[in-house]
Amino acid sequence: MRFKIVSLIAAMAFVSACATEPEEDAAASSAGAQETQAAAPAPAAAPAAAAEQIAPGSQRDFIVNVGDRVYFDFDRSDIRGDQVATLEAQAAWLQNFRGVTIVVEGHADERGTREYNLALAERRANAHKDYLVSLGVDPARVETVSYGKERPAVLGSNEAAWAQNRRGVVVLRNAPAS
Amino acid sequence: MTRLTRMRFRNQAGWRDAPARLAASALAVLLPALFLGLATLSGPARAEVRIDITRGNIEPLPIAVTDFFGVAPEEAALGAQISDVVRANLERSGLFKPLDKRAFIQTAASVDVSPRFSDWRIINAQALANGAIAIQPDGTVRVEMRLWDVFSETYMDGAAFSSERSNWRRIAHIVSDRIYQRITGEGGIFDTRVVYVAESGPKDRRVKRLAIMDQDGANHRFLTDGTSLVLTPRFSPAQQEITYLSYFNDRPRVYLFDLQKGRQELLGEFPGMTFAPRFSPDGNSVVMSHAREGNSDIYVMDLRSRNPIRLTSHPDIDTSATFSPDGSQITFESDRSGSQQIYVMDSDGRNQQRISFGRGRYATPVWSPRGDLIAFTKQRSGRFHIGVMRPDGSGERLLTESFLDEGPTWSPNGRVIMFFRQEPGEQGGVALYSVDVTGYNLRRVVTPGDASDPAWSPRNR
Repeated sequence: MRFKIVSLIAAMAFVSACATEPEEDAAASSAGAQETQAAAPAPAAAPAAAAEQIAPGSQRDFIVNVGDRVYFDFDRSDIRGDQVATLEAQAAWLQNFRGVTIVVEGHADERGTREYNLALAERRANAHKDYLVSLGVDPARVETVSYGKERPAVLGSNEAAWAQNRRGVVVLRNAPAS
Repeated sequence: MTRLTRMRFRNQAGWRDAPARLAASALAVLLPALFLGLATLSGPARAEVRIDITRGNIEPLPIAVTDFFGVAPEEAALGAQISDVVRANLERSGLFKPLDKRAFIQTAASVDVSPRFSDWRIINAQALANGAIAIQPDGTVRVEMRLWDVFSETYMDGAAFSSERSNWRRIAHIVSDRIYQRITGEGGIFDTRVVYVAESGPKDRRVKRLAIMDQDGANHRFLTDGTSLVLTPRFSPAQQEITYLSYFNDRPRVYLFDLQKGRQELLGEFPGMTFAPRFSPDGNSVVMSHAREGNSDIYVMDLRSRNPIRLTSHPDIDTSATFSPDGSQITFESDRSGSQQIYVMDSDGRNQQRISFGRGRYATPVWSPRGDLIAFTKQRSGRFHIGVMRPDGSGERLLTESFLDEGPTWSPNGRVIMFFRQEPGEQGGVALYSVDVTGYNLRRVVTPGDASDPAWSPRNR
């Protein structure tokens, strides 16, 4: 049952990776690099061919086939409706690989003061964690850490970059890299 | 000379004597290496050259600072170096215009004779600072300075300082403070240091190190090696310690750094993140935020007992707490109203009251050392400002505007604010700036590389 879900998600990720690639190429050749980043709100999509070599239960499996991050609105820490599918996939994957413990990193965009953003990103990390726990993940497996605005995922001072930097990221503690 | 109006004595009793006493006692206690032989020849109070620092955009006062006189070439060279530092300090304050020494008719001369004031009036110097330097048989240097009012031809101030020769920059800063104090009536700002975060590398993998320097950028050194991300350093009142946030072992927590021993120490064992630390004015405790399970509240920790006391317990974010200079109150920011606003409470957590009500978000409140104002970061319509308001929330004034200005810190006399400014974009740099509380004299503070999170030290170290 679990494996079915995982493989279904994997298939979806595969399809979406295929679907977005031509767009990225087109964007890169026509528009600027920032717009390319803006066009790909999903985490870095792996080349489709490599997906089949990814070991189940690995960090890479999680990033490619599940998605390691969820996004937040400006100055908000409540879970967005469009992020629930990713959280459900994360919870399902974690239930499947019960030996894995995780750190949920909370992040904020640069449009706030440093100390407030530390607090805000801590709130996001905990909202992310709480949602996973509500889906059955043992809270003892989940730690949180706030990085405030210190570690942006995307560089650039525009709304597209900021939207991708307001995020919670699941980092696996004891899973093989790939 | 007319604009310099001889005037406006502030009617605070005893201001004229205060600086000398302060300098003598604080130095003797805090820096035994610098022996201060104070020869204050207090002149009679008359109408004299004076700057009213509370007015914005004043015309800088033309002042002649001669190279301090030395008999031996070695002494003369050191005297010239000291005078260079003094001139640079005064110029940076925006209140003085040190005149080009090439225009001087008189050159360095003994301080024992009265200057020929007519020679200084010709180049429109309104004040004259001269001095002498002698290297003693034991290797220490003795520096004497005199300050003169050129137009009323009167002696204003004089002092002598002895110290290790290696302390010559510090002597220059003390001389600068003396001139500044005598002419503005305000405490000096030059014999101070700045601790800040030195930044390098790409923005998504930024390396941040604690660094410390004199207020003029000299004697720069790094305190940490960049292995751990560090943020928001702040001085203890005695300047022996710095409290800051470090991601040591990937856990963001508040630490103390002992400047003498060069050691860092975790402050308290809290579950979760501690951040936004500041010393109390007596140096005996640190106020900080503790985040747990998505909620940040303010705690104060006595540094001897290490016993944390919770001051706020609100489900929203309470952070960026700073004591009032008398230690009786704390200002902080909270989003309990729905957005970031500034609050004031008693230092035991009682009487929490919101003081900011303008449009926009208000953050990082910092109480002026004078107690009269609270500086803050304001965010509105996509722009950031440094501003000030009174502790009751009235009289808001914005001093700066940019893509991102943040993190005000006060000069010890409460007249200048330092902060950092970040430029937008992938390559956008970040640098320290200072601005007078009047809103004038915006200047970049020179650092070797990118810089953020400045904290200005108290006077005298």
